[in-house]
This record gives sequence, C-alpha cells and structure tokens, in this order.
Amino acid sequence: MDKGTNGKTILVLGGTSDIGRATARHFAARGWRIQLAGRDPEALQRDADDIASRSRVAVTVHAFDVLDSTAMAPFIDGLPLLPDIVVCVVGLHGNQARAQSDLDHATAILRSNFEGPALILGLFAEHFARRGSGMIVGVTSVAGDRGRASNYVYGSAKAGFSAYLSGLRNRLAKQDIHVITVKPGFVRTRMTDGMKLPGPLTAAPEEVASAIWRAADRKSDQIYVRRIWAVIMLGIRAIPEAIFKRLSI
Amino acid sequence: MAGAQGGIARGLGRAYGDAAIGAKQTFQISALDRVRAFDATTGLLTAEAGLSLAELIAVFLPLGFFPPVVPGTKQVTLGGAVAADVHGKNHHRDGGFGDHVESLLIATSGGELVRLSPAMDPELFLATIGGMGLTGTIVEVTLRLRRVETGWIRRQTLVARNITAALAALDAADTAQYSVAWIDTVANGADLGRSLIFQGEHASLADLDGPASRARFPVTGSRLFSVPCNLPAWTLNRWSVGAFNAAYFRSGASQARNARLMPAVSYFFPLDRIGAWNRVYGKRGLVQHQSVIPIETAPTALPEMLSLVARRGDASFLTVLKKLGPGRGLMSFPLPGYTLALDFAMKPGLLAFLDDLDRIVVAAGGRIYLAKDSRQSRATFEASYRALPRFRTAKNSLDPHGRIASRLSQRLGI
Ligand SMILES: Cc1cc2nc3c(=O)[nH]c(=O)nc-3n(C[C@H](O)[C@H](O)[C@H](O)COP(=O)(O)OP(=O)(O)OC[C@H]3O[C@@H](n4cnc5c(N)ncnc54)[C@H](O)[C@@H]3O)c2cc1C
Ligand SMILES: NC(=O)c1ccc[n+]([C@@H]2O[C@H](COP(=O)([O-])OP(=O)(O)OC[C@H]3O[C@@H](n4cnc5c(N)ncnc54)[C@H](OP(=O)(O)O)[C@@H]3O)[C@@H](O)[C@H]2O)c1
Repeated sequence: MDKGTNGKTILVLGGTSDIGRATARHFAARGWRIQLAGRDPEALQRDADDIASRSRVAVTVHAFDVLDSTAMAPFIDGLPLLPDIVVCVVGLHGNQARAQSDLDHATAILRSNFEGPALILGLFAEHFARRGSGMIVGVTSVAGDRGRASNYVYGSAKAGFSAYLSGLRNRLAKQDIHVITVKPGFVRTRMTDGMKLPGPLTAAPEEVASAIWRAADRKSDQIYVRRIWAVIMLGIRAIPEAIFKRLSI
Repeated sequence: MAGAQGGIARGLGRAYGDAAIGAKQTFQISALDRVRAFDATTGLLTAEAGLSLAELIAVFLPLGFFPPVVPGTKQVTLGGAVAADVHGKNHHRDGGFGDHVESLLIATSGGELVRLSPAMDPELFLATIGGMGLTGTIVEVTLRLRRVETGWIRRQTLVARNITAALAALDAADTAQYSVAWIDTVANGADLGRSLIFQGEHASLADLDGPASRARFPVTGSRLFSVPCNLPAWTLNRWSVGAFNAAYFRSGASQARNARLMPAVSYFFPLDRIGAWNRVYGKRGLVQHQSVIPIETAPTALPEMLSLVARRGDASFLTVLKKLGPGRGLMSFPLPGYTLALDFAMKPGLLAFLDDLDRIVVAAGGRIYLAKDSRQSRATFEASYRALPRFRTAKNSLDPHGRIASRLSQRLGI
C-alpha cells in the first residue's frame, strides 16, 4: 500500500540536524522525493537509508558547506534536478561568551546563521524566478526578534537572516514564488542538548517539521513554533529599550 | 561494586522500576531511531535501537508487517524490548521479543562496537537478550517482522468462573495466536479468580468482508481522554474496584463467543489511548508486582496469591494473567507457566504485603519480572534467577571494569 510519490522534490540544507531530519521524514511520508545536503555525506547517507526504507521515495545526498560561497553555484547545478522547495535549517549556536573575544568564533556564528543561508537561498531564488516556480523556507529563530545579552551574536545573525527572508518574500511575491520564515522557540535537539528547557515552551523536532508542512500547504509567510512564542515575542519586543537593557531575560 | 559509579542506557522509560536509571549516569538513546535496512520479501528489519514500536507500526503495518511480539504499550524502544526480552500475548506460541532477534550491534562500556549473534557468540548474545542493558548499549537490532494481511484482530471472549477454570481456559486457548486473561481480584470465595479470556488472531482479508466497510489498515491512535491530575489515594478501594470489576465482568460475559473485529492497535495497547493513566493511582504512584509461576505449582500457588490479594481488596482492575513458554536469554523473565501482573496504589504496608507474595512465588519456583520491579530483595532474586552466575561471567567479559550499573543492578547486586 505505497502512498506513491507525488513527483515533487524538497531539498533540505542541514539534513543532519534533528529538525532537518524530521522535516525530510515528514515530507517523504507524504510522497515527496528528498535531497539531503550537508557537510557530512556519510552521516547523511544513514538518514537517506532511513527515509528510503520508511517511505520508499528516492533520496539523494549532496555535499554542501554553507561557508563556502564559491561552491554554491556548482552545488545547485550539480543537483539532479532543481527542487520544488528548498528548506535551509543550517545554523550554529556557538558560545556567546567565547564569541565576545574570539573573533573567529563570532565570525563563524555570524556567517553560518546569516551570510551563508542568505547567499544560498538568494541563489535558489534566482533559479526559481527563472523557472517561474518554487518555494523557499528559512529556519531562523525567535532569538532574532530582539538582541539579548545571553546570545546576541547568534541572535543578530538570525535577525539579519529574518530581514533577508522578508525582503526576498517582498520581491518574489509578484512572481508567485513563496518565501516562509520559520521561527522556532526552544526545540529539543542536539543544539540544546543538556540545556534546561521549559517544557510547555519547548517543541519536539517533529513539531517543527509538521509546522513547516502546514506553512507550505497554506503558504504562510511567517510562523512561530509553538504559537505561544508569537505572543511572548510580541511582549518582549514591546518593552522599551530603557527598561529592556536592565533586564536579564 | 563501585558505589555510585556507572551508567545505563534508557529507551522510553516504560520499565516500572529502577532498571533504566543509571547508578550515576543515564544515557537516553531514543533519538537513535533510524531504519537501517528493510527487506520486504523476508520481513527482516535492521534499525537503530531507539526506534519505538509505535513508529515501527506506523511505518510498517501499512506495508503488511507487524512486530513479532508486542508488550502492552507501543511506547517502548527496540532496545528496551530486547533488554527486557519483553513478552506479549503470544508467548506460549511465539516466544519473547528476543526469540525473533537475529543479531545485535552493541557498544561496550569500553567504547567498542561488537556484533552479537547466536552463531558468533551465543553466550554474550543470550546475556544481552533480557540482560536489562547491563552488558552494553544496544545500538542496532536486526529482527524479523511478521507478515499480516490486515491491521485488524479478530477477538473472541471466553468466560471463566474461577481461577481453576481460567487456567484450563488459558491452556485450551493455546491454539490461539494471542490470549490473555483479565482477572477480577476482588471476587472471593467460589468466584476467586473469575476471569475473561481474550483470544485474538490477525484477521485475514476475507474476515473484513461484511456489511461494514473497513480499511485494510485502519488509521488509529487518537487519545480517548487524559487523566487530568492525580486522583486521591482512596480512589482505588474494595468498593470502587469491586463495582468496576463486577460491571466489567458482566459486560464481557455478555459478549462472550461473539467474535469481534478490532484495530490491532486497540487490541494490543488499550492503555495507550488514555493519557497519563498512572495518575489514577494518586501522587504516591503505583507499584506493580509481576510474577511467573511454573505450570506444575500454579494450581495451588495462584489461588493462594489471589486470596491474599482479594482479602486486601485494593489491587487495581488492571490485573492480567498470561501463559508463558521458556525464555531465551539468561536473565529472561519467562519460564513455562502463568504470569500474574498486579497493580497497587502505593500506601503504607504494601511493601510488606508484596514480600508475602514473593515468598509464595519463590516457594513455587517462580520469579519476579525485572522490568516491573522496584522492590524485590536480593534473596528473592538470587533464589529465582538461576543463570545469574553465568550472566555475571558474560557481563564481566564485556564490562570488565564494571562501568555499567543501574539502580536495579546495584539493588540486586547483579
Ligand atoms: C503500560 C505498560 C504495559 C506493559 N506491558 C508489558 C508486557 O505486556 N510485557 C512485557 O514484557 N513488558 C511490558 N511492559 C514493560 C516494558 O515493555 C518494558 O519495561 C520495556 O523494556 C520498556 O522499554 P523502554 O524502551 O521504555 O525501555 P526503558 O524502560 O527505558 O528500559 C528498560 C530496560 O531496558 C534497558 N535498555 C533500554 N534501551 C536499551 C539499549 N538501547 N541498550 C541496552 N539496554 C537498553 C534499560 O537499561 C532498562 O534496563 C509494559 C510497560 C507499560 C508501561
Ligand atoms: N534547537 C533550538 O532550540 C532552536 C531554536 C530556534 C532555532 N533553531 C534553529 O534551527 C536550526 C536547526 O537547529 P537544530 O536545533 O536542529 O541544531 P543542529 O542539529 O545543531 O543543526 C545545525 C545544522 O546546521 C548544520 N551546519 C552548521 N554549520 C554548517 C556549515 N558550515 N555547512 C553546512 N551545514 C552546517 C549542521 O550540520 P553538521 O551536522 O554538519 O554540523 C546541522 O545540520 C538552526 O538554524 C537553529 O539555529 C534551533
């Protein structure tokens, strides 16, 4: 009783992440063909085998480094076909305290969360515009909604990425190419392993995956995962800077 | 024994006691859940040990495959199912989960990956099946799934008026693929051990013919309801449980002999449809006592246990009796006999009462299930798990520095 393929393809940049893996599984279970991209093709192959044996869809694996901008154009040309949807899950949380004095570390965080994801999605936008179809999904973070002492290097990069996605959406709306901004709050993944996370505000990777699926289906512009985060961030953005600077949240 | 040293692997934490709590560290492996390979012609599946039976069923039942053995909840991992060598309602026919495992990949405490199979290293393989995680962390499991024509079970209910009739009915039900008895633990005297016996068979495609149109693989899994908060400790008492049991027995008896089709998931995992069911037992929680009594001694030992339980009158309505065959692993719980699982809300005096039950179990040549245990004594354990010395030797060879330890292994001195 195969569900069969629906002939569509989704590319996941950052396929080794828990959120990327869950997203690929979610789409595969609904008949999508999968392209997994990341730095570690060997690790990706394990996920490709997993998805293929669960869902019997074609899964391909592609080497990709978000910090290597010169390899981006050849990367896209090297894909067996231009996907219908590209999701960028790539990110690097890093260590805020270290990033305050270690400039290489700070640079890696800024580039992995903003420059790299922006450049590759921008390039996909060109291909999609030429073809006249496609959907772009960027996974950013609530941390980009306001800079906070505890993670502003990461947060500011996510803020840049969020602004980039918003601009891209504005530009491409006229060409019927849709851009979705995904802002998770806390998600229980490798990135947050060992952190104490508040249960009711923390999503499982599968929740992010199904939120992305729903957003793609409904062509939402921007989503928060868990929705309560939209309210929380509204509150946090509303605090006047004069007060905010004294808080530790 | 090295004080509070050592760690243990943990799956979905469905063991009732202290088996999946490390002496010092606990390694959660439920995120390791990739399917590695599946052969749809033979049903041979290799998957990472954190894959849950819930996921496995969601993925493979629509393809016509079902786990060869399932416990009473599907929220368990392959690793947990192997480590406890879990039994289902078909142990009398098909053995335990471990009987369907062809090979295992384990990570030893020294950080080595070792493949275990009955052909390559039978002793270490048999120590790991049912070994409660104490030989190493199971990383991958290769097992054979059962081919099924539909996702439905044909269920038939039999009525037994007392414990003797129940044992006879379970023996007669041996021919059924699945069978399990629900026992009324409050009924006493002539009614002691009155039971409903639920037999089940995988329904064939032809069984689905009928007036009602049924999907070959039904979509199920919705929650009926959740228990919103801890109920007061007095919720379970002789009168509430007695009234519930009497009503349940009557309604079951009225359906007897009418075969009924139900989704496999509802047949095997009724508790999964009730969120946080454990809250029924109040904030002090519950203690389960699951024992197995050999065939020969059961006709006297089981009535003796049941009359102690009936006199207390507060065992929950979730009391089941199943028939078991021999266990595969060195520390596997099953032995040819009947297993009785009793749930009690924790309260003062209960532990002493359970010790009384243990004495009957040990004298009868039975034992207590480690996956459900949090309180048996070392003496009870050592008297009943006879392969313990062999197990210790195998554990030593895989974990020479004793780095693997759970609260259970500390408590029982394994
Ligand atoms: C409602 C309910 C009904 C149940 N019904 C039955 C039943 O009918 N029959 C039955 O046999 N059991 C039954 N059980 C018990 C359950 O099947 C077992 O306790 C099972 O081991 C739980 O699996 P888990 O993944 O949650 O493992 P955990 O509870 O996390 O761990 C159980 C044991 O397995 C070990 N373990 C887990 N993963 C690994 C691994 N990867 N490598 C090495 N060791 C590992 C742990 O160290 C521990 O010793 C039931 C439990 C519940 C809650
Ligand atoms: N977890 C949370 O609470 C949370 C909250 C909000 C937003 N997010 C965002 O969600 C996304 C996924 O995060 P996660 O939690 O699943 O964490 P994760 O597992 O650490 O995911 C990060 C992913 O980015 C990839 N990556 C990092 N640098 C790369 C590079 N130079 N080139 C290519 N790939 C690179 C990683 O690949 P490797 O495997 O090769 O390292 C990994 O796949 C991230 O963008 C994160 O910022 C997470």
